[in-house]
Amino acid sequence: MRKFFRGTYLGLLLTFLYAPIVVMVVLSFNASKSRAKWGGFSLQWYEKLFRSGEIMHVLYMTILIALIATAVATILGTLAAIGIHAMKSRNANLIMSISYLPMTTPDIVTGVSLMLMFVFIKVPLGYGTMLLAHIAFDTPYVLFSVLPKLRSLNVNLYEAALDLGCPPMKAVNKVILPEIMPGVVTGALLAFTMSLDDFVISYFTSNTDRNLSMIIYAAARKGIEPTIYALSTLMFVAVLVLLLIVNKRSALENVS
Amino acid sequence: MIEETRLIELIGISKDFDGTKALSDINLYIRKREFVTLLGPSGCGKTTMLRIIGGFEYPTEGTLLFEGKDIASVPPYKRRVNTVFQKYALFPHLNVYDNIAFGLKLKKMSRGEIEKRVGRMLNLVKMTGFEKRSVDSLSGGQQQRIAIARALVNEPEVLLLDEPLGALDLKLRKEMQLELKSMQQELGITFMFVTHDQEEALTMSDTIVVMNEGRIQQVGDPKRIYDEPKNAFVADFIGESNILRGLMLEDELVSMCGEKFPCVDSGFGINQPVDVVVRPEDIMVVGEDVGMLTGEVKSVLFKGVHYEMIISAGGFNWKVHSTTMQPAGSTVGLSIVPFNMHIMRRQPPKEAAS
Amino acid sequence: MKRSAFAGPYVAWMAMFTVAPLLFVVYFAFKGDSGFTLANIQKFLAPTYLNVLWRSLYLAVYCTAICLLIGYPAAYFLAGKDFSKNQALFVLILIPMWMNFLLRTYAMMSLLEDSGIINQLLKAMGLQPLAMIGTEGAVLTGMVYNFVPFMILPIYTSLKKMDERIIEAAEDLGADPYNVFRRVVLPLSVPGVVSGITMVFMPAVTTFAISRLLGSGNFWLFGDIIERQFLEANDWGFGSALSLVMMMLIIASIGLLNRIDPKKEGSGAW
Repeated sequence: MRKFFRGTYLGLLLTFLYAPIVVMVVLSFNASKSRAKWGGFSLQWYEKLFRSGEIMHVLYMTILIALIATAVATILGTLAAIGIHAMKSRNANLIMSISYLPMTTPDIVTGVSLMLMFVFIKVPLGYGTMLLAHIAFDTPYVLFSVLPKLRSLNVNLYEAALDLGCPPMKAVNKVILPEIMPGVVTGALLAFTMSLDDFVISYFTSNTDRNLSMIIYAAARKGIEPTIYALSTLMFVAVLVLLLIVNKRSALENVS
Repeated sequence: MIEETRLIELIGISKDFDGTKALSDINLYIRKREFVTLLGPSGCGKTTMLRIIGGFEYPTEGTLLFEGKDIASVPPYKRRVNTVFQKYALFPHLNVYDNIAFGLKLKKMSRGEIEKRVGRMLNLVKMTGFEKRSVDSLSGGQQQRIAIARALVNEPEVLLLDEPLGALDLKLRKEMQLELKSMQQELGITFMFVTHDQEEALTMSDTIVVMNEGRIQQVGDPKRIYDEPKNAFVADFIGESNILRGLMLEDELVSMCGEKFPCVDSGFGINQPVDVVVRPEDIMVVGEDVGMLTGEVKSVLFKGVHYEMIISAGGFNWKVHSTTMQPAGSTVGLSIVPFNMHIMRRQPPKEAAS
Repeated sequence: MKRSAFAGPYVAWMAMFTVAPLLFVVYFAFKGDSGFTLANIQKFLAPTYLNVLWRSLYLAVYCTAICLLIGYPAAYFLAGKDFSKNQALFVLILIPMWMNFLLRTYAMMSLLEDSGIINQLLKAMGLQPLAMIGTEGAVLTGMVYNFVPFMILPIYTSLKKMDERIIEAAEDLGADPYNVFRRVVLPLSVPGVVSGITMVFMPAVTTFAISRLLGSGNFWLFGDIIERQFLEANDWGFGSALSLVMMMLIIASIGLLNRIDPKKEGSGAW
């Protein structure tokens, strides 16, 4: 009985969360441009989407920037975690406090501040500055994912490797890196997601070079455009598939 | 000191978990002021039984009576029973005082009265002065005492303890065993204690309930369980024993290892297959020509309190405890006083697992 | 080479791209034609702008409150015995969080439009269509829609971490379900609640995209006016001053929330 009541509540919540998305998915197949009348099934918006050079180019650049930013952020962040772990706590705390800045500063202030700086030192705003900004806000996520893993690392493992005759550099490779790898992977995934999704910071650090969120914003301000529905549907499916895969993998790990 | 009134009665209790039978047909009564221990290996059902009495599990079948009334459907917060959980389950967001006072505050007791009782309880568990401390600043042993105090302060009729001493080191464990026993006697509360440590059970209990695979194997006081185990499982679980197959030739005469041994049990019939139990400390090592059996010492271990020797005689490896020793490789004789030969019915073959 | 030097590149990057830009903001906020000036800050104290700040604040507070009201029971039910085995439900709540937030706002736009689905349904039922887009209500709805999963997740995490035995201990000591919740579950879920409030209030008070899209530019929020200063009015001094005010606001709220959850237990939300 109680289960029924609770289930209904959760069901209503899920309806609220998914209704807009479902409407978009349905409308993406609507032959008519109207948002209320069904004009028959059509894939025209998907065609228009794929034929739109601009959207495809922007999609490509968005993913590219996210990948590069993630790669750099992962390396910087992992090295930083290793470095901070070996530091005196006073220095470590200072660096950690600074690392909280990007996450506690509102996006808009981060974006605006970077814009100010770039314009002041006369660097043109574009994909380059966008990339630099992305790396700056991605790296703390990697740092905060790797550092706890380092801290919970069993010191004895490293010493055991040395005891068994392993030189220090190799010991780091064979013992420490595998242990912190889950943290590195989590951090990288987080950074990638943050970059893919970013709007505000990219909006301010770039002008005509746009990322995906920026063109959606521009399109939305002009009015509703069903190609965006097609884009949304595809992104929704991508996220769904990704989360299902991740879930299956962690479920399998739990079983084994 | 144990009153004869039956405080708790379990009648035909069974418990199923998704097809596994955790308890089968349990019939047991517990008396007022009794210290009862449920003893058995992991998975034998003892914790399940405790949880049914505490109200955290519903029996699949059977009746649970408390002072004669059926309480199977009474929720835990209405039972006059309190539990000390295995990992203590202290409230992390409350300090020591508030943890102990938790049940009293729910009873809407006055502040002065609560202070008095909590103080008294802290005294009892020897932790006066710890009122303001946070739970995570305490050691395992200290947390355990607070858990006990928290349960006892509510003056329950029955205190349930689920392997409370498991996480303590040996010395602390032994101290707590004695303290718990004296607490129980001082307060006159019925204690129901769950453990897999047979020595613990023997030390503390008025009554031991030996369990295995969801069934009660034997109920009795420590001496009876130790001296007269009803079957091979109990004999093996309690204390150390040598258990052999034998043939009861007639009353007071059993044949094993190819020899005949006088014993003191009767009523098993003629030529009946039986199990014979002899405690290691009851076997006498004598000269090789004067024993009932002759054999070779296979190994000797010094255990502090005694030597433990494995002696191969009559086709069986006997475990022998003695304060003197014979070196490995020597030939010796073994003798057993008839009184120390204990005969049990042969354990029926195990039921096929479902 | 000392291992601590590994952190060098990162520190350099942070200095260049996180700390330095903020210093620029401070510089521009106080830079006048003839040196240090408070003119920009004073400009902010005009009623028009104070109104905007007030509006942003109360919308953010409403949004946070609604998210808490909707989100806490959801997290509680999800973490409870009935549904905790049901991974699928939990994942379903998570999925919208992973979708691009502009797309989600866009989706809400489609629903709330004057010629959108909801109004069409109302017309079909013979009722008056509602003017939803362009109102504060639409912006509020958009905010709640976007942020409610961020409230649910940390509360769910902190509830799940709770040892079941503690609840049994409370029942054992005489607590009925209401008291179990009030005296044990609620206090222990506070870190999660604080985390959720942080994750909702901060983006809510600084947003500009949601108000632009769902408010149709009918009224300004704090984020809007900052954007305007930089991209339209070209008044960097004033924009910087406003940014500083916003930073102060955020630091103040974090400080406040820190006093409730000093151990920062809730910050392991992801």
